[in-house]
Amino acid sequence: MENRTLFKDVPAEDLIVPVRVQGRLARALDSDIFYSWRTSPVTVVATLVALALILMALFAPLIAPYDPFNPASLNLMDGFTPPASTGAFTDNYFLMGADNQGRDVLSTIMYGSRVSLFVGILATLFAMTLGVSLGLIAGYNGGTIDAVIMRITDVQLSFPAILIALLIFGIARGLIPPSQQESMAVWVLILAIGLSNWAQFARTVRGATMVERQKDYVSAARIMGVHPILILLRHVLPNVLGPVLVIGTISLALAIIEEATLSFLGVGVPPTQPSLGTLIRIGQQFLFSGEWWILFFPAVTLIALALSVNLLGDWLRDALNPKLR
Amino acid sequence: MLAFIIRRLAQSVVVMLFVALIAFIVFRYVGDPIASMVGVDTRLEDQEIMRERLGLNDSVFVQFFRFIGNAAQGEFGISYRLQQPVTELILSRLPATIELAVVSATIALVFGVIFGVYTALRPKAWSSAGIMALSLVGVSLPTFLIGIGLIYIFAVELGWLPSFGRGEVVDLGWWRTGFLTESGLKSLILPAITLSLFQLTLIMRLVRAEMLEVLRTEYIRFAKARGLTQRAINFGHALKNTMVPVITITGLQLGSVIAFAIVTETVFQWPGVGSLFIVSVQVVDVPVMAAYLMFIALVFVLINLVVDILYYVVDPRLRVDGGAGK
Amino acid sequence: MTEPLLSVRNLTVEFPTRRGILTAVQDISFDIMPGEVLGVVGESGAGKSMTGAAIMRLIDRPGRIAQGEVILQGRRIDNLPDAEMRKIRGRKIGMIFQDPLTSLNPLYRISEQLIETIRTHLPLSETEACKKAVGLLDDVGIPDASRRIDDYPHQFSGGMRQRVVIALALCAGPDLVIADEPTTALDVSVQAQIIDVMKRLCAENGAAIMLVTHDMGVIAETADRVAVMYAGRIAEIGPVRDVIKDAQHPYSSGLMGAIPRLGANLERLTQIPGSMPRLSAIPKGCAFNPRCPHVMDKCRIDQPQAVQTAPGRRVACWLYPPQDGTTASAERQSAE
Repeated sequence: MENRTLFKDVPAEDLIVPVRVQGRLARALDSDIFYSWRTSPVTVVATLVALALILMALFAPLIAPYDPFNPASLNLMDGFTPPASTGAFTDNYFLMGADNQGRDVLSTIMYGSRVSLFVGILATLFAMTLGVSLGLIAGYNGGTIDAVIMRITDVQLSFPAILIALLIFGIARGLIPPSQQESMAVWVLILAIGLSNWAQFARTVRGATMVERQKDYVSAARIMGVHPILILLRHVLPNVLGPVLVIGTISLALAIIEEATLSFLGVGVPPTQPSLGTLIRIGQQFLFSGEWWILFFPAVTLIALALSVNLLGDWLRDALNPKLR
Repeated sequence: MLAFIIRRLAQSVVVMLFVALIAFIVFRYVGDPIASMVGVDTRLEDQEIMRERLGLNDSVFVQFFRFIGNAAQGEFGISYRLQQPVTELILSRLPATIELAVVSATIALVFGVIFGVYTALRPKAWSSAGIMALSLVGVSLPTFLIGIGLIYIFAVELGWLPSFGRGEVVDLGWWRTGFLTESGLKSLILPAITLSLFQLTLIMRLVRAEMLEVLRTEYIRFAKARGLTQRAINFGHALKNTMVPVITITGLQLGSVIAFAIVTETVFQWPGVGSLFIVSVQVVDVPVMAAYLMFIALVFVLINLVVDILYYVVDPRLRVDGGAGK
Repeated sequence: MTEPLLSVRNLTVEFPTRRGILTAVQDISFDIMPGEVLGVVGESGAGKSMTGAAIMRLIDRPGRIAQGEVILQGRRIDNLPDAEMRKIRGRKIGMIFQDPLTSLNPLYRISEQLIETIRTHLPLSETEACKKAVGLLDDVGIPDASRRIDDYPHQFSGGMRQRVVIALALCAGPDLVIADEPTTALDVSVQAQIIDVMKRLCAENGAAIMLVTHDMGVIAETADRVAVMYAGRIAEIGPVRDVIKDAQHPYSSGLMGAIPRLGANLERLTQIPGSMPRLSAIPKGCAFNPRCPHVMDKCRIDQPQAVQTAPGRRVACWLYPPQDGTTASAERQSAE
């Protein structure tokens, strides 16, 4: 709408300057968003929880009471120490108890969140890059390229992410020599989760790109011979940032859960580098014999992480959706 | 109608071929089939003879078509791990998975639609806000944690329900059912709830969003302006229109119940195809992986077909080119 | 003098938002007599559709009637319980919406929608209702009604669908029909037909019409009286002929300049400079003052009151200052 009038009155050179686009970026930081954040107590709490968990993971080596992976600081005899008590053989104090190998649960959680977040964030960034690029290409070019990309998207979307990730994981396992499997596991996991989550990005970006492509300022830029990549990056991409951000946040929650699930199933990260999912897998063995804390605290951390990120995504979707405002 | 179904069938075949190609690539190029079948001490010459006999020296195209031909006849080779025909393996474990999936899908569908409609009709009520908040928790809870939690509460602490397995089963021909015994039904409850929760929240949120959208439309306003009862508007007009988009996505969601069963079956040690698959992935049992992939694809294609036909039945606008008027 | 069919008294509709309360309709009063056609004209956003929706109590949340009364046949209906109001909708007041493409439920046959509406209000059997429905479709000019009644909405053209909408609005025999831009979404060639059908059927049934439109031409053809609305207020109300011939409010005379007329200077139609203010930025004093050719200092400070200038004519403009006893409505609130 605004573009139509722009096109009539403004000289062509000015059209290339993304007047409206910058406006949108500025608007994204506008007080409306901040207002809706401020007035939603749940969102504020979710933000704080997410931030706290991320900081905890980031600085785990500095703040963790013990290094759970250093055999020197472990004593097997401390195994199964209940929460908030001191080990039987050492003077170590275990706030959240110790696991079967005498590792401090709190410390393993801090290091575990680190692995979970690392995999989750990288996998999401990978999925985002892949999905956004394919979406831009499909939406801008149309025709056969679009048809092929969209069919693949359809197939990918109709299969659950966990299945695709398992399959990719299985294939990778068959291809990588056993000696390297452990060191590569994290990267295989990132690849598998990323490859199972890109389709939503591609579909959304493609739709938005097709809409933008038909607008006058894009036509004008094309007629003037601006390189398609430049048009995509400068004009189309900023317009799809909102939805991409929303999907990205929700994908992050999904990726964290997916990683935990794969690790729980025993096909994720190696036991030497446990993520929250691995910790839960370990803890499950002792749940029924009464050592609940080995499972409970990692589980609560995982839920808090996934829930707070999901809440942020939910809020972001509503806040960026003008229809609901 | 017939032309429509034929067109859909053709599309389904293309999808199946595409999946078959992936399955074939997995089958043929992941690891060395011969190395997986024979012991370390088998002589190279013997391996070469085996290679020739299995047709692994033929061109890729010949092998691909042979793969498809075999797949169409339900022939996927021998499991590396169990040394049994893959098809037999899958078929023997199929009833367990299907019974679990059908019960979960029903739970998810029934409660998803009920909660979705309820929260859409009372957007301001506390109960709706509560259900919505719970649904977000539901989406954030990994399935395996739900399963563990339920086992802990109902099996370990309360001791009401079994924590693993299918209980007693009854053989009906080749179909082994758990529906006919008390222990079979009891064993089904926890896994079915676990598997349904995620789909339930998704369906609920979808129904709610669609219904809110429909309630804002002009034809609902016009129905109000004609003085129709609230009930006729909500459950006659609004609900039917909500169902059109819901059918598609719900159908696909229900299909993924079978695939999601992988996790639930692992937690509850449920002897289905999902737990077979996960073990196969761990030990890279390629024939089972390929067959499972084809099986899931077939399920999706079939569900898609049913959804399309349902869609066609519900929405008269799609029938335009078929028989206009009546 | 007969009793008015519908009286609207000091009606105000507000939308509370985070940035303050927006007033979509402010303190308007008018009557509709039985069988009369009242045109309500104004630009989009002037509050004319909102007035219709307020009478029907179909304002979307968070909008609300903040003040005023709506009286139908001597009975207040703005404070009725929902169940009672539902019996008025369709039975006493019918409503026709703007876009026939979206007014009909796409998943139900025309017959189902008609019979459902008829049987909600009238004690008829399925077959009787069906017979009545076919008769109605005949009346609104749908050829081969008995066969086409079982079609779905998408099988009709836009004009035909609007006829179906009219049949639906009239099927329980209402005394008043609120037609909200009934022809705006239609092809120009069928607009006149639809207006004709609507007017003829209402005349046959003795139903009054409140015709909401932005098209002064349609009003001139159809209405007995006209209310000109601007920024949520009635600028002028009176018999159509008088208002067209001798518009008193500068805004309505601007509007009249915009009607193409045979024999007049066809070179140009007059245009009112500027545009109507948004609800969030209504100027102080008379809302029209920034665009008014006759603007005076007073117009920028005080809101003009409606003044009776001739029998049946009222205008709210400082060119017609109130004399004692001529203020149309007794209770007035200053526009804060």
